[in-house]
Amino acid sequence: MGCGTSVATETQLKKLETEEAVRTPGLALTIKAAVLIQRWYRRYMARLEMRRRYTWNIFQSIEYAGEQDQLQLSSFFSFMLDNFTQLSGNGPDLISQLLNPVVDPWLDREICYTLIPVPDSYTGPRISFPLCVSDTNALLSAFKEQQILHARYVLQLLFEAKKLLKQMPNIIHLSTSYTKDITICGDLHGHLDDLLLIFYKNGLPSAETPYVFNGDFVDRGKKSVEVVIILFAYFLLYPDYMHLNRGNHEDHIMNLRYGFTKEVMQKYKNHGREILQLFQDVFSLLPIATVIDGKVLIVHGGISDQTDLDFLSSIERHKVKSALRFPRHSLEQLDIGQSCRHVKRMRSVDSSCSSSRSYSKNQGTPGQRKRRCKLKRDDSAVSTSSSSSSSSSSVCSPHTPSSQSLRPCPSSPSLPCKVLQVPYLDSLSSVPLPSPPQHEQEWKQIVDILWSDPKTQEGCSPNSFRGGGCYFGPDVTQRLLLQHGLQMLIRSHECKQEGYEFCHGGKVITIFSASNYYEEGSNRGAYIKLGRELVPRFYQYQVSRITRKLTLTQRIRAAEGSALRALKEKLFAHRSELMANFQQRDPNNTGTVSVCEWAQVLECVLRLDLPWRTLRPHLARLASDGSVEYQSCFEDMEPGAPLPKVAPNLAETLFRYRTDIEIIFNIIDKDHSGLISIEEFRHTWRLFSAHLGVAIDDRAIDDLARSIDFNKDGSIDFTEFLEAFRVVHKLDKDAQLGEKKDKEKHR
Amino acid sequence: TEEENTGARKIRAAFHVFDHKADNTVDVREVSTIIYSLGCFPTKADIHRFVDEVEEDNMGYVHLDKFLPVMTKVLLENKFPPIPEENLLQAFEVLDKERRGYMEPQELAKYMKSEGETFSQEEMNEMLTALVDEKKNLICYKELISQLTLDLDT
Repeated sequence: MGCGTSVATETQLKKLETEEAVRTPGLALTIKAAVLIQRWYRRYMARLEMRRRYTWNIFQSIEYAGEQDQLQLSSFFSFMLDNFTQLSGNGPDLISQLLNPVVDPWLDREICYTLIPVPDSYTGPRISFPLCVSDTNALLSAFKEQQILHARYVLQLLFEAKKLLKQMPNIIHLSTSYTKDITICGDLHGHLDDLLLIFYKNGLPSAETPYVFNGDFVDRGKKSVEVVIILFAYFLLYPDYMHLNRGNHEDHIMNLRYGFTKEVMQKYKNHGREILQLFQDVFSLLPIATVIDGKVLIVHGGISDQTDLDFLSSIERHKVKSALRFPRHSLEQLDIGQSCRHVKRMRSVDSSCSSSRSYSKNQGTPGQRKRRCKLKRDDSAVSTSSSSSSSSSSVCSPHTPSSQSLRPCPSSPSLPCKVLQVPYLDSLSSVPLPSPPQHEQEWKQIVDILWSDPKTQEGCSPNSFRGGGCYFGPDVTQRLLLQHGLQMLIRSHECKQEGYEFCHGGKVITIFSASNYYEEGSNRGAYIKLGRELVPRFYQYQVSRITRKLTLTQRIRAAEGSALRALKEKLFAHRSELMANFQQRDPNNTGTVSVCEWAQVLECVLRLDLPWRTLRPHLARLASDGSVEYQSCFEDMEPGAPLPKVAPNLAETLFRYRTDIEIIFNIIDKDHSGLISIEEFRHTWRLFSAHLGVAIDDRAIDDLARSIDFNKDGSIDFTEFLEAFRVVHKLDKDAQLGEKKDKEKHR
Repeated sequence: TEEENTGARKIRAAFHVFDHKADNTVDVREVSTIIYSLGCFPTKADIHRFVDEVEEDNMGYVHLDKFLPVMTKVLLENKFPPIPEENLLQAFEVLDKERRGYMEPQELAKYMKSEGETFSQEEMNEMLTALVDEKKNLICYKELISQLTLDLDT
């Protein structure tokens, strides 16, 4: 029975045989059999682990890519604000209300919650101020029962929280004691189950159980409102034992994109706006750091080589309302685009790939999305440009600021593309300029704290992946810790499979408390307990919404399926550009390209740094000669409803930005009717497409508007409209249809 | 050679999946996973020897520059050749003396934890979760063979 056994096993076997000659003769065979099974199983597990890994990579890449797109959206909002005053004649709209930097969070708003009556029919929790334990308990029980806290109480809670926060310093200093540990939690992102699990395992906040929550309480998850209400309630109840750091998602512009705004508007149809306004103030008033025993620094994102804790203690933190609303006097426009991913990987870009895109701002290649490259550099000298004072997005305006020029990317000569150099806060400028005005420094310091990520290499570079903050190396950490006599940095901001991770030689800990963040089974959550000795102890958990226990295989398969689906949608949304690139490499029109070329095109166009070759079997078919049939990438998908008559490039834009457009429509739709007027639609669409560089003339927009005016009454049901631009996976559809049929059969 | 190029690319691709920090290093504990995923069947001893050759001075990580040549050699010389599926079936049948077509979890666990390249308790628990049919509380190995041996990649 020697066929197939490796040489090593034979040797092993002989050894065993000589050593245990007295044992039964069947033993040798048994051992061989066992070894075989073990080895096969280990290989199976290894393949599974592989799949889990790249599933993870997919989720993370898409997440960060989405955040970059977010910056585009925020510049669009700025542009909208600056270019027209009102979207309709009915007074200032939500956008200007939300985005107007003039409203100082410090000032009292004219929101009179006392005038809001709570009807007798309301069955939710009733709380009174000042809060006591029975109130927080009532909130916990109510939220477990899926109840909603009445708007009046929400407003009052936020009002009180705002008052209290105004008294807090920017950096909170805490001490441990011999009798109690401090518990530190990371991102929660609206995962109420995780918060409740932490309270269950670790105890409710109290004098005996002090907590620090390190930002990102809201967005993405479905229960952001409940999570943040609970956190603020405990904050009001125990201001000395409940500490909240600001995260990059405690930002009203991020909230527009990542779900919190929508959640609030859905749960609070009448008072949503006021609630959001108060949240805006409260978020910008949150402290930005906590220090324990003068030795452990806790911030949400990280640090940069410019981080100055003394300066941070002294500023007026509320002045930085949003990381995405740049200081008015600074610069024209923050250009974000591709090739920024290459900061992480430093791969050389296929030159033929980049030539198909236009780089200059003013070269409007019709029908092609304009790409703008952000300069990546390691020099973080802070300077401003002498650009014109208008902060409007110059993307669509015909007036190009004179300070912009085409310059090659200096720090990566392997990149053949021409990069448009845009003056940014820490931009490279040949002329040393005086230090920037105060409020810009404040902005940069806070953005660095909220958005930075650690990296392995030394140095400090702009975090182009995220579009804000820096990548900071171990030397930056070391320097800061030394400078302030600190021992350790605890931060969050990045999802980790085990809920936590060490880096920088153990000096930096990432703590993340939203389990199953990407998908059921994707990761654990964790929290830290810190005692007098300042040695962190980690506690992990994973919420399971499914009562039946899933095997590892099943969980990984589910996560993988979800990730691949998201990835395929990205492919679909970039179809025309991908096809153009494929066809460029297929001059003989064979319908195939090599696996290598296929991978290159995908990486280039989608700007996602993923193991494309490993993923290939899930995404595309091979021809008999081993090359990739590139059209097979798109076979599996189709629009959710029949497409209105729309130019292909417009259609793709709609697929890509569906969520963002939905947000914009929701904002315009003041009375939440699901309908907006054709005029509003036209106006918005014209702006949006101009911003994105999708050339579309008025007539096309009118045609589009008319074609989607399904009711022919001058208003557009945008839900119906957008349904056409939701990507549907055909296999899912078939499966669902099959399930439906089965269900009906078994009725 | 063409073969070498394809091999190198495959190795790089597999390595890349575990290179979280994008600095061409992987944690040393991932090495076995990478080797397995490239179609090889090393023994534990093989893995130890491999790691010894490529690990960066006991630092706990492996750099691609060291990994690539050693792994290329492994692939070219077929050092850890695959074990055919039929052998896997036969192996189960050896342990399932009465040839019932299934085994009880405790039976298999006993073998896995005491014979050959033994499993840790954690590995055992995972294996049982993955392989045990919940309803019957048995490991019906005949049906599992295809799951265990399914090869997705080219």
